[in-house]
Amino acid sequence: MDNIAGKKSGLSIVTNLSVLLLVLIWLIPTVGLAVSSFRDRQQISETGWWMSLFPVEQAIRVTPEMGEPTRDGDLYVLSGNVFGEDGSGSVSAFGITSRDPGAAEAGMTYGRLKLEVLDEGGEIDTENFETAWETGGEPQIPETDEDGRAVQGWFIDRALTMESDGTYEWVQDSEPRRAPSLYIVSQQPPDFGLQNYELILSSDNMDQAFINTLTVTIPATVIPILIAAFAAYALAWMDFPGRGWLVAMVVGLLVVPLQLALVPMLTLHNDIGIGQSFLGIWLAHTGFGLPLAIYILRNYMTGLPRDIIESAKVDGATDFQVFTKIVLPLSFPALASFAIFQFLWTWNDLLVAKVFLPSNSSSWVMTVKIADDLLGSRGGDWGILAAAAFVSIAVPLAVFFAMQKYLVRGLLAGSVK
Amino acid sequence: MSPIIQGILTIFIGVGGCIAYFYGSNLVLDRVIFPARSDDHGRNIRRATMVRPWLFLLPAILALGLYLVYPVIGSFWRSLFNRSGDVFIGLGNYTEMFGEAGFRTALLNNFLWVIFVPAGATFFGLLVAQLTDRLRWGAIAKSLIFMPMAISFVGASLIWKFVYAADPDIGIINAIRDSMGFAPVDPLQIPFWNNFFIMFIMVWMQTGFAMVILSAALRGIPEETIEAAIVDGANPFQVFFRIKVPQIAGTIVVVWTTITFLTLKVFDIVYTMTGGNFDTEILPSYMMDYMFRDDGRATAVAFVIMLIVTPVMIWNIRQARKEL
Repeated sequence: MDNIAGKKSGLSIVTNLSVLLLVLIWLIPTVGLAVSSFRDRQQISETGWWMSLFPVEQAIRVTPEMGEPTRDGDLYVLSGNVFGEDGSGSVSAFGITSRDPGAAEAGMTYGRLKLEVLDEGGEIDTENFETAWETGGEPQIPETDEDGRAVQGWFIDRALTMESDGTYEWVQDSEPRRAPSLYIVSQQPPDFGLQNYELILSSDNMDQAFINTLTVTIPATVIPILIAAFAAYALAWMDFPGRGWLVAMVVGLLVVPLQLALVPMLTLHNDIGIGQSFLGIWLAHTGFGLPLAIYILRNYMTGLPRDIIESAKVDGATDFQVFTKIVLPLSFPALASFAIFQFLWTWNDLLVAKVFLPSNSSSWVMTVKIADDLLGSRGGDWGILAAAAFVSIAVPLAVFFAMQKYLVRGLLAGSVK
Repeated sequence: MSPIIQGILTIFIGVGGCIAYFYGSNLVLDRVIFPARSDDHGRNIRRATMVRPWLFLLPAILALGLYLVYPVIGSFWRSLFNRSGDVFIGLGNYTEMFGEAGFRTALLNNFLWVIFVPAGATFFGLLVAQLTDRLRWGAIAKSLIFMPMAISFVGASLIWKFVYAADPDIGIINAIRDSMGFAPVDPLQIPFWNNFFIMFIMVWMQTGFAMVILSAALRGIPEETIEAAIVDGANPFQVFFRIKVPQIAGTIVVVWTTITFLTLKVFDIVYTMTGGNFDTEILPSYMMDYMFRDDGRATAVAFVIMLIVTPVMIWNIRQARKEL
């Protein structure tokens, strides 16, 4: 037996590790999305979410407070620190345009020069030329411009000198009216917040889609339960010819692909005036949910003790009373499991909503909103997409973790016979 | 009217209507049509008992008939007509469809899905069920692996779009490749294999389902059979493959077929991940391409899906009849 015990502990380490690995693989994608939904959108594109706790090397624009410019010959000079008087930070690169925010390394000077060239008519023409040079040194001026015209002379239009501690010197050839915009690449602390959620809920109509989803889901969950409960009781506890065939039919309908219903039912809805509407989708979800509902509830009700039901009947209770007073309360676990299924199914559904609801933005449910709108219009905007996805999966996840017990029970009732 | 108020109203009307219908119809049956107090009250009670089941069943039969039975015939009938629905073209939609490369790709891909998704989900589900069986933190592990089941297919697709992103600063797969010095790739654009990357999303979502059911089945195996095997010197692998798996084979089949059916319904993942591009189309997403544009073609695709499902449906019904 020692031998077996020894083997067992070795095996148990392997078991623990492999389960840990599987759980990580299963969890990491969702965690990634969750973390990203709280990150600053620019930081998302700079580093992966797994680095989100570390500072991000990020290009930002700073507009330092403008002091009184000093004169240096023809030039006006502004100086200070981009991090403020008391602030600290480290600049790795800087620039003077948003086009190229990291144009030069810290410690250098970067500027826009005006080159003077002769145009075809012999007049002097000026051209912009951007370059970096050693601070205190002279910029390298090309002998000809891009078109091959000889450069006659040059002067500084604007130039920026930046040290890695953030002290800068801004030089300009005209009197500055407002503070210049400086671009620096520096280590930014991790930036977590609810910005993405605020954005998605305020400007992207996700709140409307959330309400629409809720509007679809609740009636589409409650109504089939009620109808199915009565039918399941009849199929479980009432005797009538054709019962067996009806049960078999329900089992058969469990697997009918719902794609079949889309075209004929939409046509029918249009013909009888329901059209694409919330009423239509409630009816559709009711129809599609019924086979599973009847199946689960009937399986459960058949298992209820015969004595209780028969003694109630002997005491003069009608079937209606037996059903409402005895069977329904006893079937609560099965009702709860089906309710969770139907809730998750209708909340998460894309297909039925695309077909049976009007395709305008005021009737979009969240899945349609994400798949048809956000993925197109916000394609690369991961912060927004992540936040939207999280808004849509938050409720099912909450339901899932709160009612997992019933969900598992329902799955078992539906599958293991 | 705002949809919220409309929704609340519908709940009241729907629920109230259902209750009123069931209560009222029973009342009418017992008091008006077959009152139990007149001379032939015994016969009336018997008659009422004969009618009552149908009162209970009526709404369900109506809804099932309308939303699931009628469409089988209705869809087939519609698929025999052309795009606008006024010219009868017999099997024209089917022949035209089978001649099209896009449809054949979808059919072939769907074939891959039907094989690999249930296989993958059942395999991982069984693996987790077995590994967590005696684990102290097994319940937490199972709960976490079960979780994707609550997420919508669209949400799950988005989660994996993030994982698969070609930018190494977004997608973790390309980040790992990048750190090993490989050039970034877009997994969704690699011919043929992209299907498997998309399928894995479905496996990821369905493993929890398989695990829950197989885990319960494993618990249901009589302890003596396992003990006897251990006493006879079987190693853990032999116990698993020779003793446990054969005893839960029935459940494995149920899990497998359930996931297969689901796989034939799901268009959301392909729709969200690639929109059917890069040769990843499957039948349900192929159908949605034609929905609203060519109802004849769309119903023909739906009917092909129905034909694929039919053998298992008949088998299911037979099983149900046997149990009654």
